[in-house]
Amino acid sequence: MAIIQVFDPALCCSSGVCGINVDPALVSFSADVDWALQNGAQIERFNLARQPMAFAENQTVKLFLESLGEEALPLILVDGEIVLSGQYPSREKLADWASITLPSAESKQAKNCCSDNNCCG
Amino acid sequence: MKFLKEPPRFLFFTGKGGVGKTSIACATAMQLAEAGRRILLVSTDPASNVGQVFGITIGNKITPVEAVKGLFALEIDPQAAAQNYRDRIVKPVRGMLPESIVKSIEEQLSGACTTEIAAFDEFTVLLTDSALTADFDHIIFDTAPTGHTIRLLQLPGAWTGFLEAGKGDVSCLGPLAGLEKQRSQYKEALEALDDPLRTRLILVSRAQQSPLREVARTCEELAAIGISQHYLIINAVLPQKEGVEDALAAALFSREQAALSTMPESLRELPTDHVALKPFNLVGLEALRQLLSDGDQHSFYRDEQPITLNAPGLLALVDEIALKGKGLVMFMGKGGVGKTTLAAAVALELARRGLPVHLTTSDPAAHLTETLNGSIETLTVSRIDPRAETERYRQQVMSTKAITLDAEGTALLEEDLRSPCTEEIAIFQAFSRIISEADQKFVVMDTAPTGHTLLLLDATGAYHREFTRQSGKTEQHHLTPMTRMQDPERTSIVLVTLAETTPVLETANLQAELRRAGIEPWGWIINNSIAAAGPHSPLLKRRAQNELKEIDAVAHLYATRYAVVPLLNEEPTGADLLLKLIHGQMREHTI
Repeated sequence: MAIIQVFDPALCCSSGVCGINVDPALVSFSADVDWALQNGAQIERFNLARQPMAFAENQTVKLFLESLGEEALPLILVDGEIVLSGQYPSREKLADWASITLPSAESKQAKNCCSDNNCCG
Repeated sequence: MKFLKEPPRFLFFTGKGGVGKTSIACATAMQLAEAGRRILLVSTDPASNVGQVFGITIGNKITPVEAVKGLFALEIDPQAAAQNYRDRIVKPVRGMLPESIVKSIEEQLSGACTTEIAAFDEFTVLLTDSALTADFDHIIFDTAPTGHTIRLLQLPGAWTGFLEAGKGDVSCLGPLAGLEKQRSQYKEALEALDDPLRTRLILVSRAQQSPLREVARTCEELAAIGISQHYLIINAVLPQKEGVEDALAAALFSREQAALSTMPESLRELPTDHVALKPFNLVGLEALRQLLSDGDQHSFYRDEQPITLNAPGLLALVDEIALKGKGLVMFMGKGGVGKTTLAAAVALELARRGLPVHLTTSDPAAHLTETLNGSIETLTVSRIDPRAETERYRQQVMSTKAITLDAEGTALLEEDLRSPCTEEIAIFQAFSRIISEADQKFVVMDTAPTGHTLLLLDATGAYHREFTRQSGKTEQHHLTPMTRMQDPERTSIVLVTLAETTPVLETANLQAELRRAGIEPWGWIINNSIAAAGPHSPLLKRRAQNELKEIDAVAHLYATRYAVVPLLNEEPTGADLLLKLIHGQMREHTI
């Protein structure tokens, strides 16, 4: 199975709410990662502020940082190859890389929206 | 003293800086030790003077206090603990990653939360059963973790993927990732904290509105997470007899009594002790023994040498600001030091000289600024409600993000949004809207973002600078708050403090943080000085005497320029009293 590696920028809290502009993708991406993990995907996440060693030891990531700087993060590798940078992937993309079959739109809704309260009703 | 009756194993003292937590913790430790118990006293004050109080050197190891049988002490420096943590993460990659990136990582790990969690990490071991602590009947801490830290550690979501897997975390708990201990150990520590049979939390305050409000908030916050064994100590209460021959002492006495009679509801039912203001310094065993007793203290009265305070007043500072004609003037300092009052006084004086001024405050009471609005043609007054701004920011984040999260994720995000940074960012956003007015007039603000916040938020600034360079447009239009604050032509930052040890150190830390962001504070104001007010009462004279070395430290160690503002008999509200702060003839007299 493909190994997905996510290299996050340095955020003092990775939900991203500490920033002056909230990145709307970050928190939902975290939820998507959870979902993919539960569906058997292999995903590793590294935060620049906490695991900088992971960035320094990976030649691809190191070169990327040296040429484009940390502003160009996040960086996503699949089996060591760059597949995306500067933005977080959608759940569909994540599923594609991990070879998870997305059942259909409504099950996704059910999982995220109605599991604990009746916000959909 | 009620708080000393049948004490449990752990005693925590909490309250804002400068209320006397360490002195009371020392006195408590000594009293219990002299009653035959074995005591460990733990100080987490970065400028701990526990060693000085007992006349020994302590440091980061359990050290016996020889003069008191059964008493041992330990000093944990949370800043050093945070530095160790930063070093563990950053050192291995220095030289391997670009320097700018290493810098940015360090900044991420330099916030207040990192320091707090690093300190909690250090004393976790003392709260759990271990060979280290088995020997002691009581462990006394001169500080307590905040509700925010405890709640974060309690959230199951905060732990997913952290210490267990070491990677793949979704959560916000940046600082936690570097913690060395196991989750089970934190869990045990948290259980000890909210067990009233093992832990007693003692809130320490002065008889003043601001520290009372703060302990009330702490009390409510901790009660909400199940830590409810609270006691209250009102420290350094001025005795009524001091006011007999001294108008200032009489006025202070009634101000303190008024603050006590209007104190927040949540504090009223707590078992409460009052500790009278003492005429001596709390150094040495005899002084500590006297602190918690109501006995006769006349033996401590000595004839004081007359004191001369020859310090500049506020007028000279205002004259200098006025010369600039326009710009941003920000008052910065810890809560309760009088930033709003001083900002209002300076704004009023500038406006009175015909200069255009916009005064904007975050004063929760609002009455001060309301009385000024429209009083002078050149003065505009506006107010930012910190609570409303923070709430708006929270709503904005929750509505855009929380929808896709499960219950655990939502709980974690909500907790992130209760961090102290959130409030600072929310207020900062609100202020940013007004800042650009400072190109045309004076904008006077009663708050300022810390260097840490600015550095974190300046990712935006870096973007703007790049944008400017590429588009060839002039710098002018893309000033970020940080670049504006770095420019001494545009911004004057005034640090406000009190003439007491802890507040001066806290302010010096603020200054160091601003310098890290490339910002040089323009000046310091020492507010509410008793020495500058010329007291006659022996107790106040004693306090005035103590102030002198703090004023000296500000003048010679810290400040480029400074002013000392006397404590007034009345709370300075209304234009007349505010101007008295600037023009009052209360300086340069011999006490």
